[in-house]
Order: sequence, then C-alpha cells, then structure tokens
Amino acid sequence: MKLTGAEIFIECLKAEKVDTIFGYPGGAVLFLYDELYKAEERGEIRHILSRHEQGAVHAAEGYAKSTDKPGVCIVTSGPGATNAVTGIADAYMDSVPLVVISGQVPRQLIGNDSFQEIDIIGITRPCVKHNFLVTRIEDIAPTMRKAFYIATTGRPGPVVVDIPKDLTSGVDKIKFEYPKDLKMRSYQPTIKGNKRQIKSALNLISQAKKPILYAGGGVISARASEELTEFAQAYNFPVTTTLMGLGCYPSTDKQYIGMLGMHGTFEANRTMHYADLIIAIGARFDDRVTGDLNKFSPYAKVIHIDIDPATISKNVKAHNPIVGDVKQVLQTLLEIMEEQEINPDKSAYDTWWKEIQEWQSVNCLHYDQDDTAIKAQYVVEKLWEVTQGEAYVASDVGQHQMWAAQYYKFNKPNRWVNSGGLGTMGFGLPAAMGIQLAHPDETVACITGDGSIQMCIQELGTCTQYKLPLNIINLNNGYLGMVRQWQEFFYEERYAMTYNQSLPDFVKLAESYGHVGLHIDKPADVEGALREAIADTKRLYFLDFATEPQGNVYPMIPAQYGHNEMYLTKEDAITDMQAKAKAAKEAE
Amino acid sequence: MRHIISVLMENATGALSRVSGLFSQRGYNIESLTVAPTDDPTLSRMTLVTKGNDASVEQIVKQLNKLIDVVKVMELSDYQHIEREIMFVKVAASNMEACASIKRMADIFRARVIDVKNKMYTLEVTGSPDKLDGFLETLEDHKVIEVVRSGAMGITRGANALKI
Repeated sequence: MKLTGAEIFIECLKAEKVDTIFGYPGGAVLFLYDELYKAEERGEIRHILSRHEQGAVHAAEGYAKSTDKPGVCIVTSGPGATNAVTGIADAYMDSVPLVVISGQVPRQLIGNDSFQEIDIIGITRPCVKHNFLVTRIEDIAPTMRKAFYIATTGRPGPVVVDIPKDLTSGVDKIKFEYPKDLKMRSYQPTIKGNKRQIKSALNLISQAKKPILYAGGGVISARASEELTEFAQAYNFPVTTTLMGLGCYPSTDKQYIGMLGMHGTFEANRTMHYADLIIAIGARFDDRVTGDLNKFSPYAKVIHIDIDPATISKNVKAHNPIVGDVKQVLQTLLEIMEEQEINPDKSAYDTWWKEIQEWQSVNCLHYDQDDTAIKAQYVVEKLWEVTQGEAYVASDVGQHQMWAAQYYKFNKPNRWVNSGGLGTMGFGLPAAMGIQLAHPDETVACITGDGSIQMCIQELGTCTQYKLPLNIINLNNGYLGMVRQWQEFFYEERYAMTYNQSLPDFVKLAESYGHVGLHIDKPADVEGALREAIADTKRLYFLDFATEPQGNVYPMIPAQYGHNEMYLTKEDAITDMQAKAKAAKEAE
Repeated sequence: MRHIISVLMENATGALSRVSGLFSQRGYNIESLTVAPTDDPTLSRMTLVTKGNDASVEQIVKQLNKLIDVVKVMELSDYQHIEREIMFVKVAASNMEACASIKRMADIFRARVIDVKNKMYTLEVTGSPDKLDGFLETLEDHKVIEVVRSGAMGITRGANALKI
C-alpha cells in the first residue's frame, strides 16, 4: 500500500513508539495535523496542545527528562518554528533528547520570502545536535529514523526535522518502509570505555588521599545512578553533584556533601578546592561550577568520564580521560574491581572526612524562620517534608531555582527537572506539564518566582484542558531576585528594572483558568497550604507565597572567585565589597 | 601556532555551513578553508588552516568530529605532509621593462603566464602558502590589479591517508 507523506510521518512516530506529541498547529503542518487527528481518533498518539510553541518544547523536555523516552514536538513554519528555538536551545545546553518537527513552506516557495517562511535549519544550526531539511518524500522515513537515533544516542540532544508542506500533501504517495538497521559512517559515538584507561584511573584512585566524586547530569542521562552509588560507597568517597546531577546520588546519604559551585555548599566547594583527586562523572566543569579556572582545585589530578570527548579537557585538563557511556564505564570499572579483588579500605579517608566534617559544621544552609516574612527556603523545605522527598520538581530560573536545589533533597534521579545550561525563565510550568503527562499519578511541583512564572503563564490554559493537577509554588518576593541580588552586591544597590511592578493577582488569574489559587503571607500558613494542595490530586493549585522581598541566596561564590572565597552571609558580602572599594580607591 | 586540518565529510547540503558556523560560534579563527568533492562523490574533503595553541586546536578537532556530517578529521600538522596553494595574479605590464621584470620573477617562482590582454599579465603560481607570499612580495614594485588564492590544501606523505 502506498502512503502519503503525512501518513508516513505518523507511521514513523508509531515505529518509534511515540505515544505523546506536543505541539501547535499552523498552515505548513495542516496535512500532518490531519493525520495526527486520525491517529488520535484511533487511540495511537496523543497530541498535547500548548498555548505557545515555547511551552510545547519545554513540555517535551519535561516529559523526556522525567522518563527514558525522547520528547517529541511539532510546530508550524515561520513564527511557529522561531518560537520553538528557545526550547530547542535549552535542550541543547542540557543534553535533552528531543525530536522537533517543523513544517516548511512548499519546496517551490523556499527561498522566495514566502508567507511564514524562515530558514529554521540555519537558525537552529548552532543549538541542535543535528537538523535535517527533508527534500524528497522518500527521505521522510529514513530521516525520522536518523533523527530519533541521533537524539537519543551518544550525548543526547535536540534534532530538528523540517518538512516542506508539499511533501505531506498526498499528491505523491510511496510505499512505506521504516529502516531497521541504521549505520551512519559519520556518527558512531564511543560507548565502551577504554579498559586501559579505566585501570589507570583505579590506580590513580589508589594513590589519592583526598578524593572527591563530582557527578553531573550525564549520570542521570545514562541511567547510571545505581552504579555510581555502588562505586562511591565501595570507596567511601565524598560525593558532590552539579545542579543537573541532583538526585543521581541520594541527597540524604551521609557521603553526600551537597551541590557545588556558585551557590553550592561550603563543604562541597572546600572539598573540591582542597582535593587531590577529582573523579568527574558525566559533568562538564561549567563556569558556574568552577568559578575562576585559575583558582580551581589547585592540588587535584582529574579523572574525567564522559560520553562527549569534546567535554574532556575543555575547561579543566583531565589527567585520566575516559570516553564512554557513563553507565557502561562504571560497570566495567566495577567488574575490574571484582576481577582484581580491589576491596577499598573504607577508613582510608578518615582524616579527609574529618576535615570535611569541620566544613560541614559551618552549617552553611542554616536560616531562621521567624513569624514575620516567609522565607523562600522555608517553603521549599516544607514542600520536601510534605511530599516526603518523593515529588517530581520542575523549576524556573533564578533564586527560587537555587533554593529548590539547596533545600529539596532528591534521593532519586529524574525527579529534578530544571533549565541549567541555558537558564531559561519560563521553563518551569510547561516542563511540569510534561512531567505530569508522563506520570499522571505522581505529585508534580513547579517551584517558580513572580518573574519566571509570567514568561510562560499562558500554559495555565493547557493545564486546564488536560486537567493537570500541578502544584505551583510561586515564591513571590516582588523582584527578579537573582538579578537584584547581583545589583545589591556588585552595582551599589541600583535596582535597575528588577522590581516587578504591576504583578497580577495570581489567585484570580489561576481561578480564571479554573484552577485553585491561594495567597499565603504568614509563615504559620505555609505547611497547611502545601498539605491542602498536595492532598488534592484532581486540581491545579497555584500557591502564591509572599516571601521576604530582599532575601539572598547563600552561600555564594561571586563570578571569577575561587572555591575558597565564598560569601556565607550578607556580612561576608559587605566586608568584601568594602575591601574592594578601598582597594579601588587606593589604586586611584 | 599554525595548524592545518583535513576534514572528510558527507557531501550534503549544509555540511559546509556547519563547519564554518562552528568556527564563528566557538570563536576559532579560520585563516583559509577550501572544499571540493572527492573521488567518492558522496564525500567532500575540506582543508582548514587555523591558528591557536595546542589546547584550542585539540578542541577544534573534537568539535569538528562531533558534527554529525563529519566522517573523519586529521590534523595534517601531526604528520609529514605536503601543502600547496594555487594563486592567480593579474599585474599591469605597461611597458617593455615591466614585462621583462615580471617575466623574470615568474620564471624564478615557476609561475606561468596564462593570459595577456590589454597590457595585463595574468600569472598562475602553485606552491606552499609561504612561497605565494614571497612571490607577491617580489611584485611589490609593480601594479598588482587582482589576486585570487585558493587557500591551502594538503596531503600526508607515504602510507598515512585520510580515507574511510
């Protein structure tokens, strides 16, 4: 039987076992939507209609990050495609497997500045793992096969497939055949780690006195949490994770010393600074992690395990690189340990742990909740208690994101979904929708702020349409808090454009979409409101918490500072500012 | 340090823009770039000349390898290799003296006169980029109208080869 291009497209999605697709219709994808309509009627594929293409892509990201499936989106040509770019770039920075199908104007109109024509292949080239413009109906199936393969293997990432409208119109029909075997001579990611390098890593470890295990989002992508935990516990290593790695190692375990980096814990950063061996696994030494590279971990040798060779020695030189899938490398490593009967002495790092425990005793995440203004930290901590640490948490970008990362202790991977690399405000709400659609019976919270939530607030409508009982935790301090914090510290308190004037009444706004809205302004009411929202598994709760207006995220390493130069309190910041001002004056 | 990198890639639409885009996105400099299909029409071969320290060139090679359309990358500077560039120079030959002088220089550099028209000589010269620079220097006393250079291309010596 011969099929139209649009029918072939549906068959490809089915062959890839896609059950949910996020998108927004438009002229160039009308034929595809016509077939999606039929597929939905047949119960084959569910289409989720966002309110803006950016929302569709972030929702697909939330879906992908909380499951082991790629996220799939469909958008129309021109503005549909350009609206999707932020989400595509976000997925690129955070290595999220995504297949984005964009409609294109008919082939004969390409290049004519036609209505809703844009070169989305050119626009997305720097922010995709790969992209394709399909130019023949015969190429639809092989291209879709490649797109899914590329998106989900190696270091995952977004792939855009641009399909001109006339290919889907039904004028041409061909026999559908989905390629079974796929070999690409130009794309063969290294999966297995080199055994010799793994052995030499074990040798380096045996010589270390002050090791630190530094794990990132790659551990979660590779589904290697179990192996990582086994490895870490066999050696009694102190474990720190990046923002993207939260949950890849149980946060409540005694070996866990917290997130590291700009807003990481005092102990994680000190441990990193004074370590003599860094075992980096699925992490990329991002600038928010390392601070000033010249001051970064001056005494350490580096073992770096990552699937992307380009990540190795990009920012920090690796003495012992191991390229490969993190899960497979760790499995091989554990096998070699067994073969060679390596039984690490768990007390080997006792002196090191004593040092670390002293840093831990600083209790850097301590705060006092009095009975005046609600502290954002308190809300997150209560959320963690009320959900018993089991919720899926999506977050937006800013102070609330850091507080969520610091105070919600994730014990499982894939539960924490945030925009780490690109830092996309507006990510949280649509991402939470994607999570809830993938896990209809689980508790999903979106920790956000009064700035971020307004960037994709239209998606409240999507939540109504699909009855998504999200718990939106709006930490409303009336400011773009993170930027305000920088202005307070580094711009002499000139708060340029960071006070959020004219905020809507979030309660009424939520209600107008048919949701429940609650405004909470007393610390005593925080827990009750959270309990009410979490207990209701049918309705979306928009919890608008009026929090302390000018709270700051501590600890903090200012940009270009070293890990041993943290602010723990406002006093530290002020002292440093004054010292700098004095030095500047003297220099004059 | 100057590095010369050979890239074997799919002869697909957009492949060239992915490579050139990579250089501008990541702030690497390109001194020259030349590309054409190979004996296998599905493959193109590109020669890139760039400047940078060893660490940045290592990154460039890794990032090139990461591009899906790129099949193989070889840093020719790591091997014994031959490098050539072709250049056309159009130069004014307004009087007998100029004609003779240009012809003399051309002979020394083994350049050929490939066109003579309207008191213009067009010369063709092949060699290492250094040699071409040298030839242009010798023409400084003359009125050079136009210069076209192909950019360097290179090949390893002996059994080493960039092939799939």
